[in-house]
Amino acid sequence: MDHAAGMPVDSRVFEAMKLHWLENYGNPSSAHSFGAAAKNALIESREKVARLIGAEKPEEVIFTSGGTESNNLAIKGVAYRNKDKGNHIITTTIEHISIINICKHLRKQGFEITRIPVDRQGLVNPQEVEDAITDGTILVSSMYANGEIGTVQPIGAIGEIACEKQICFHVDAVAAAGKVPINVEEENIDLLSVSSNDMYGPKGVGALYIKKGTRIQPIIQGGGQERGLHSGTENVPGIVGMGKAAELAQGEMEAEGKRLTKLRDELIKGVLDTIESSYLNGHPTRRLPNNANLRFSYIEGESLILGLDMSGIQVSSGSACTSKTLEPSHVLLAIGLAHEEAHGSLVFTMGKQNSEDDVDYVLEVLPSVVKRLRAMSPLTPKEMLQ
Amino acid sequence: MQMYNEKVMDHFMNPRNVGEISDADGIGTVGNPVCGDLMNMYIKVKDNKLEDVKFRTFGCGAAIATSSMITELAKGKTIEEALKITRSDVANSLGGLPPIKMHCSNLAADALHAAIEDYRKKKVAEK
Repeated sequence: MDHAAGMPVDSRVFEAMKLHWLENYGNPSSAHSFGAAAKNALIESREKVARLIGAEKPEEVIFTSGGTESNNLAIKGVAYRNKDKGNHIITTTIEHISIINICKHLRKQGFEITRIPVDRQGLVNPQEVEDAITDGTILVSSMYANGEIGTVQPIGAIGEIACEKQICFHVDAVAAAGKVPINVEEENIDLLSVSSNDMYGPKGVGALYIKKGTRIQPIIQGGGQERGLHSGTENVPGIVGMGKAAELAQGEMEAEGKRLTKLRDELIKGVLDTIESSYLNGHPTRRLPNNANLRFSYIEGESLILGLDMSGIQVSSGSACTSKTLEPSHVLLAIGLAHEEAHGSLVFTMGKQNSEDDVDYVLEVLPSVVKRLRAMSPLTPKEMLQ
Repeated sequence: MQMYNEKVMDHFMNPRNVGEISDADGIGTVGNPVCGDLMNMYIKVKDNKLEDVKFRTFGCGAAIATSSMITELAKGKTIEEALKITRSDVANSLGGLPPIKMHCSNLAADALHAAIEDYRKKKVAEK
């Protein structure tokens, strides 16, 4: 139940890609028929990704090496292109690490970054975005949904504000694409980052939607592929895989979303009902259908992970002990949790492979793992141990 | 997760000497829940020897396994011998720990030493 960390490639995606490794290995830039076949494959994939996110024209989608590159290209691309117009960028406190580090990098180069805080449930207040806008603001960037606490942002409302003020609006939709409906037109989004491996596609491919008329500066110089914004020979098999993944996600989103939402809510209710001093992190309803982030007082996340792993359940945690920096998750701190609360959080991200049986099994195993660790912890109140 | 070796996982899953000693002769507390680790070590001393050692720990797998390991290493030792047990002795007895865990979660030796310190202070106060 750790799909946010890694997903298998859908077998139908793998099938679609196979041909492009072995037979259609042409270079889309070549004039001959081999090249044409590869070029057509790119066009079809572009159309599929465009449809998934509600883009009007397939040409508005360019392929990249993944979500991180899409975020880099969007934010640096806008910043460098508009540096004569202004140097102020608005983002939030719960962005993905790539956005945080891009902004840190830009701050060193003289850009000003405002990070809008979120409430206890992880929501951005659009009014606060509006209030933060200055004459020098050149970009607003917010994630569509947070992969860790699951909260889905009021993107349409933020987009409306950015549109009214004529400020470029970038959305990191890596955690959301393929899971919740996105419409870049209706939600006034100018730039949108998507990754393939978060929707059962291959790793190493992503896309950036760039609304017609939005000008950005390339960050990679080369042969001018992907409208000059992602130079280098196209990763045709990867792109075909992403296109197929987008097509499947669009077709299955509604039914799969309903199924996962049901499993998610059963898991959350089951845990909160049976384990005392357990809490849900994030928003109860405005959340990704596959995400349950739960917090357990008096115990630490890594030991929870190990305990569950011994029973064959794989999950993730916001605990410091599971991070490279030894700091608890910035997202959990941003929603107002104390360090010791953040340490005791577990993230369940479900997917196609998970069924009702898995939820039942977690509900069978988890209470005893929690109980065992609490019995060991000096923080557990004595009354709870009786 | 292949983060820890079998011995560490054994001490994590089946920790030895968990609990409190109600009439402990010394109690040592190290760590801080804010940082993700808190250890309480309890000792019972008889004839200058550690007759009993117990612990309660909040923390990651390494924190729990090192707590368990040191109770086995320290039990039956004289005070002087117990004070010689180092962090690396604990890690070595467990067959090694991941490098990132060597500093942050390898606090058990400190907790034991703190408990002995507490015992000595109490003894001085009694005189």
